[in-house]
Amino acid sequence: MKGLRKLVDNVKPTFMEGGKLSFLASTFDAIETFLFVPNTTTKKGAHVRDCIDMKRTMFFVVLALIPAFLFGCYNTGSQVGLEGFTAFWYGLVRVLPMVAVSYIVGLGIEIIYAQIRKEEVAEGYFVTGFLIPMIMPVSTPLWMVALGVAFAVIFGKEVFGGTGMNVFNPALVARAFVFFAFTPQMSGEKVWFSDWKMMGAADATTGATALEQLATTGQMQWSVMDAFLGFIPGSFGETSTLCILLGGLLLLWTGIASWRTMLSVFAGGLAMGYLFQAVGLTEYPAYYHLLVGGFAFGAVFMATDPVTSAQTNTGKYIVGLMTGALAVLVRVVNPAYPEGMMLAILFMNALAPTVDYFVVEANINRRKNRIKSVK
Amino acid sequence: MSNWKNLTGPLSSNNPVIVQILGICSALAVTVKMEPALVMGLSVIVVTAFANLVMSLLRNGIPSRIRIIVQLVVIAALVILVDQFLKAFVYDVSKQLSVYVGLIITNCIIMGRVEAYALGNKPWDSFLDGVGNGLGYAAILLIVAFFRELFGSGTLFGYQVIPDSWYIANGGFYSNVGIMLFPPMALIIVGVIIWVHRSFNKDLQEK
Repeated sequence: MKGLRKLVDNVKPTFMEGGKLSFLASTFDAIETFLFVPNTTTKKGAHVRDCIDMKRTMFFVVLALIPAFLFGCYNTGSQVGLEGFTAFWYGLVRVLPMVAVSYIVGLGIEIIYAQIRKEEVAEGYFVTGFLIPMIMPVSTPLWMVALGVAFAVIFGKEVFGGTGMNVFNPALVARAFVFFAFTPQMSGEKVWFSDWKMMGAADATTGATALEQLATTGQMQWSVMDAFLGFIPGSFGETSTLCILLGGLLLLWTGIASWRTMLSVFAGGLAMGYLFQAVGLTEYPAYYHLLVGGFAFGAVFMATDPVTSAQTNTGKYIVGLMTGALAVLVRVVNPAYPEGMMLAILFMNALAPTVDYFVVEANINRRKNRIKSVK
Repeated sequence: MSNWKNLTGPLSSNNPVIVQILGICSALAVTVKMEPALVMGLSVIVVTAFANLVMSLLRNGIPSRIRIIVQLVVIAALVILVDQFLKAFVYDVSKQLSVYVGLIITNCIIMGRVEAYALGNKPWDSFLDGVGNGLGYAAILLIVAFFRELFGSGTLFGYQVIPDSWYIANGGFYSNVGIMLFPPMALIIVGVIIWVHRSFNKDLQEK
């Protein structure tokens, strides 16, 4: 560790102002602060004294994603007929190229932007880059992933001003882009299963996801327990509600994600599910909605994104409830989209600032009225 | 030539679409393919040029209170002429363009140039200004249509450009980017053109 510190300190002058490679200052800074907690402190303005900076926060989110990721590896293998460690190994090998493409393309663009603008490389992509492979079907061609990542980083984030300024969740922008750009490769019966023939994987497995089965027949071929544990086809990291909840617990414990948003998304989805069940549009139990598809993943990791979600506490309840309700609404009512979580979250991202505005206005009015009543 | 700027100005530094942000709606609607975009561009060139010419000739005889209605009559007459011409000679494209030819009448560029330029300038200058603005509009339409048709359908002017063997269905790796066929993508492409254009024209950048 000391040797590494020494090495970093030795090469530092080359990248500082006046050094030979000073045009790479942002890149160097990104690597240095990634390796070591920076020794600088905020100088002005009010701030919370805490040793956790943005990079450490992002690291916790990635940590929270690990259970779902590991299970995704196993499930990818198990969906093509493998068992035990082979299944896990197969899935890991299958998904690593996608993770690599996501990080190389995304971080590449981020670093180029930071260099041009002479800013520090922002940390936001650390999580986004990990989320993107987890919400794609495992057999998505890599160049499509790369295109989606490029679109998300440039048009979902950088044009708004970079990390912290984005209106939409960048990972979902990537998925939405790939979904609408390459609809045949992103939906249907083949995409949920890996197409690599190795380690004895069964070839050309096909099958509808639980959501598609529920939408068309009103039943699914898996038990509720399978759906909860995640032994169903779907996007790479979204299937296991249990693992997602484990990650969610870590996020709640560290206080990174808001429990208000998370809880109200589940509540909204459940309420809407019961409503549809009551009026007879769906025959399966309402809680199925929370177990299948990307509902849990979206509720825990996407809707709680501190940048794009509502900022006020009341706003978080409203946005959360509407996200859950909208997701179920799209699933049940719109036959073209069996999954509605992505669209619901993106839509509520767009509305969140408006919700916040009205919450703040309502608070101002309430206090004005209080002054009046005292007078 | 002193009025040379009338013709070249609207092509870049005073482009009606990407600088004045006029005529966006039709830029989104007719740019799925190159052919309709080209025909639309030519139609708008003809209409702006002759609307400017006619209104400039009439400019001293019209009471300013009724000028808008006169402009509308002139523009509408020209649009109908263009529409009939297209129906007679390029019926297929006319069908693809459908209502958008008729809607040239509401194109802000035409009314804008007549109001802002033709009513106060000589006929020849106005004519050149009309041609210039039409060309500026057509140029943007063609750029947008180029990207949308190439990546959305793999063709240019209807000819297959991307080899058939590249497609997934034929054992390749490539797939058309379906989102290019949706109007929102046209808006994003126009945005990118504005972005690139402004980064080369520092004086257009807002502070």
